[in-house]
Amino acid sequence: MNGVLIYSERRTLALELLTFARTLSVPVSVALLGEDSRAWAEDCFAHGAQCAYFSPHPALNDMQADVLASALAQIVTLAETDVILSGSTLRGREVAARLAQKLDAGCITDANGLRYEAGQLIATRYSLGGNTVSTQTITSPRQVIAVMPQTIQATPLEGFNHGEMIEVSLDLKPSPVQVIERRPKPIAGVDVASAEVVVCIGRGVNAPQDLAMVEALAKALGGVIACTRPISHDRHWLHEEQMIGISGKVVKPLLYLGIGLSGQIQHTVGISGAKIIAAINSDKNAPIFQLADYGIVGDLYQIVPKLLERLSTQSP
Amino acid sequence: MHIIVCMKQVPDLEKIRIKSDTRQPVLEGVPWRLGEFEKNALEEAVRIKEKRDDVKVTVISIGSPKLKDTIKEALAIGADEAILLTDPLFEGNDTAASAKVLAKVIQSIGDYDLILMGEGSTDEHSGQVPSRLAELLGLPQVTYVRELTLFESKSLRAIRDLEDALEVVEVNLPAVVTVTPELNEPRLPPLTAILKAARKPINIWNAQDIGIAAEEVGVNASTIKELSNLAPLQQRKQVILDGDMDDNIDELIRALQREGVLTL
Repeated sequence: MNGVLIYSERRTLALELLTFARTLSVPVSVALLGEDSRAWAEDCFAHGAQCAYFSPHPALNDMQADVLASALAQIVTLAETDVILSGSTLRGREVAARLAQKLDAGCITDANGLRYEAGQLIATRYSLGGNTVSTQTITSPRQVIAVMPQTIQATPLEGFNHGEMIEVSLDLKPSPVQVIERRPKPIAGVDVASAEVVVCIGRGVNAPQDLAMVEALAKALGGVIACTRPISHDRHWLHEEQMIGISGKVVKPLLYLGIGLSGQIQHTVGISGAKIIAAINSDKNAPIFQLADYGIVGDLYQIVPKLLERLSTQSP
Repeated sequence: MHIIVCMKQVPDLEKIRIKSDTRQPVLEGVPWRLGEFEKNALEEAVRIKEKRDDVKVTVISIGSPKLKDTIKEALAIGADEAILLTDPLFEGNDTAASAKVLAKVIQSIGDYDLILMGEGSTDEHSGQVPSRLAELLGLPQVTYVRELTLFESKSLRAIRDLEDALEVVEVNLPAVVTVTPELNEPRLPPLTAILKAARKPINIWNAQDIGIAAEEVGVNASTIKELSNLAPLQQRKQVILDGDMDDNIDELIRALQREGVLTL
């Protein structure tokens, strides 16, 4: 390994990747693409970057993957690095794959674990829809690994770390994809990833007005409400940030209670870190029961109000 | 207008068993089906076709010859023609090899306007193949599309669904577009369509047919080495209460208190 280049369009994720890269005993640099990222340099140095390659090229402003990948390919040549760690955001994984193709490199996206062992980088990622975890290495001379947010905890180095800021002149064309408008999504008021109790609903909940009952239960349990993908992405009853699963959040509560959800692997991959998994479902053959510590077979519309009543009579 | 839909064939994820002693997945006997996200891509192609009278939809899939039946489902849903790329050489393809095979075929087709794919595959969900394909073909790419409008002027407008924002973009065709499940609700083909699909052409090509050499694809060309692939260790108590409802609820509350996860 000659050196590692870090890129993420998300500052916090770049710092996480730097925290890992600085343990590898090779030169560590970071790519800061676009005028906005100029201000990140000091943070990056504090997290272990020895060098920041910065470009304010206007073609980078729209953050399209083709332009970002082209910029990174040029910086890889300049920096003479052979390992590129990028953030596995939706945009980041697209950049990673596009860059890997330019560099003729092997690429792992959505890595949820990363370690260095016997001279190789070893990544883990979900496989077979979340049924399994695959442990992989890349065998090509150049490697691109896109790492999921919060896989690594960012910590600054102790003391001052000097870094060098190099403004590079890149040969970039504007993307053929034109950004017409960017509509920010509303921010979720609920943080399911760090909650101690998560009450999660699925398609078995019939109507949006039934959410009140589940929310009351979540409150009685001292927790928050979360959901499967159809609830947030199709029905829009809850915020997309409340969705648990392979394309959503991974949760590690003390108690996860699944209500009216079958337990498809795309969802349950996000709950395996729960201390206790409980479930309520009318179908006794629902896969969620095989993953559960405790389950009640029955109609959620009868069970939830009774459970709520019981919990409130027990509280002091 | 010619729309190409690339569809991956994946094992039925709900039918994969895990060996309890080794935690290895058992794929023998698991049926193969078309990827879920690709069904949204195909549905969109067919809806575009239904709105206009100049649209041809071709489905391309890499897989075993046994998958001829699976690909018929795509024809029944409304594709006009299928290309099944099947060769023992393709076994163990990594994303780069799959993209290379698709690029070769698409280049040989030559005349196309839009390549539609899923945002990721249902099984591995790496999302790499569309990006690599776009790079190989020198095409623009629009990923994570939840709303798509095609214009007569051979361009499109799409709404991309990113974590923190919706991004409205426009691009001239040809382009690679990947779609999210929210784009549409894929149809189930009616019986008449299934019968009619039997008469639609399925071209079966191998590596030689598309001019791919043995060393370019498959396990030997793969740049990814899998060290292991195991189910995560899961030991759950599986106490399932299926008796009187009031008793069940009492028992659940007691159990949660015992576990110390109910702080009442």
